[in-house]
Amino acid sequence: MYRGLFRKPKNTLEIRDGEMELSRPHIADDAYMKCPDCGRTLYVQDVQDNLDLCPDCGHHFKMKVRRRVEMIADEGTFTELTLKSKNRARAENPIDFPEYEEKLAAAARKSGENEGVLCGTAKIGGLDTCLFVMDMDFMMGSMGTVVGERLTGLFEYAVNRRLPVVGYTVSGGARMQEGILSLMQMAKVSGAVKRHSDAGLLYVVVLTDPTTGGVTASFAMEGDVILAEPGALIGFAGPRVIEQTILQKLPPGFQRAELLLKKGFVDDIVPRKEQKHYLTNLLGLHSDRITI
Amino acid sequence: MEAEKFRAYQRVEAARAKGRPTGRDYIENLISDFTEFHGDRRFGDDKAIVAGIGRLKNMPVTVIAMDKGRTTKEKVGNNFGSPHPEGYRKALRQMKLAEKFHRPVLCIVDTSGAYPGIGAEERGQGQAIAENLMEMMTLKTPIISLFIGEGGSGGALALAVADRIYMMENAVYSVISPEGCASILWKDAKRMKEAAECLKLTAQDLKELGVADRVISEPEEFKAGSRQAKRVYYTLEDLLYEEFQWAKQRPVEQLLEERYQRFRKF
Ligand SMILES: [Zn+2]
Repeated sequence: MYRGLFRKPKNTLEIRDGEMELSRPHIADDAYMKCPDCGRTLYVQDVQDNLDLCPDCGHHFKMKVRRRVEMIADEGTFTELTLKSKNRARAENPIDFPEYEEKLAAAARKSGENEGVLCGTAKIGGLDTCLFVMDMDFMMGSMGTVVGERLTGLFEYAVNRRLPVVGYTVSGGARMQEGILSLMQMAKVSGAVKRHSDAGLLYVVVLTDPTTGGVTASFAMEGDVILAEPGALIGFAGPRVIEQTILQKLPPGFQRAELLLKKGFVDDIVPRKEQKHYLTNLLGLHSDRITI
Repeated sequence: MEAEKFRAYQRVEAARAKGRPTGRDYIENLISDFTEFHGDRRFGDDKAIVAGIGRLKNMPVTVIAMDKGRTTKEKVGNNFGSPHPEGYRKALRQMKLAEKFHRPVLCIVDTSGAYPGIGAEERGQGQAIAENLMEMMTLKTPIISLFIGEGGSGGALALAVADRIYMMENAVYSVISPEGCASILWKDAKRMKEAAECLKLTAQDLKELGVADRVISEPEEFKAGSRQAKRVYYTLEDLLYEEFQWAKQRPVEQLLEERYQRFRKF
């Protein structure tokens, strides 16, 4: 059943037999699901066939990392990046946090991945780029030492090869189970982003639902161009923490992509179906190469 | 017995204790001719962060200090030391001036965290912290961050991308508060003492992890204005001065490379 995981990502959007496990939006476990926006009952299959969008209202459901890569990268061009030095393929338990190993094992089962971010190189619209996609199914996309190391490695690789970086964020924030070492990843990745930026290279980040905590307070907000998916929750503090602090309910639409656009914190909101075209254009505008 | 078992949380309580010197106490005792500057030039002036210039011994320095406040009025006015984005932007503005005029930067960290409120979010709390992390990494002047009490997560890190991290003996630094950790982990904030042990948040833990470079001993009774506190300030003054003198002699490329590697190693 894991065979599908290792196949070359394709740019096709239809679902083939045997891919159900891999491709299903994780909020649904059977044939039907409810859209949180329009309230319609939907066939899971219909949603999957539609880039994990509600066929009626266009609500953006969460998307599996490999499917995201399929959608964005040109067919067969994605190569996962493995780091030579210090690449801990899996997280260890660096501060001996209780029940962490069990959580990691459960996350691996749930996501089919070995950590919370997938990094690699790909072509988008024929242009070479580095690409990272975070994984909500792996401990809420939280950032620990492995996630930080992969991202830092990716930005350093991009500097050496003079490549842009395109990244998709989804995260609950820094990973509590690795304590202060998770917090240090915010500084570490930010340092690598800064070096990439100082080298005159482009970093485009797409914020997806939800992007919060230490990820928002670091590389999610460090893009030259910051985009968001419609309706994505984007914030530093979680809504519940804020409500507990101010002792009142938050207004509707608070911390949503549309409000961030209005307040000037994202460059634009780009629906999923337009992202590949948008990114192709953006990379082209930052490239010396002539593209058609 | 209980005390033995939950030593980490005792530190947390000490870090939060009433009467403990605040950011402003450190400024008043370490820095002469201190001149405070206000505002981020974008939105407002955040009193949770005090920023300005003065002298450490004879050396002009920029000081950026989180200040929880001493009196009730100060505490409320300073939002109990929880900064808004404009606080972090004020800090960055002063750091840029420090770079321009070749002044070393002393950051004094003491916060339970960046403020989680509506205005803070709408004005880009995450963006403000992120920008500090990036800009501090390449700020072309030495930076020392001194943790004097609570080091609450990203809100503390935003003033702690530094060449050296000093921690007072009872200061703590953590990715999440023990209470927050316990409520996520066990759905029970009252188990914060256990959580504090798990998080490895004491100055000694952080020194062992390589996050802190130096732990500064505290007297038994560490109250602002006390004679024991004065002794701590004298020690600190010497240490900070020597460290800045040393750092100022490093070629700037080397300083920045070492700062990068200091965080790259984690
Ligand atoms: Zn819908």
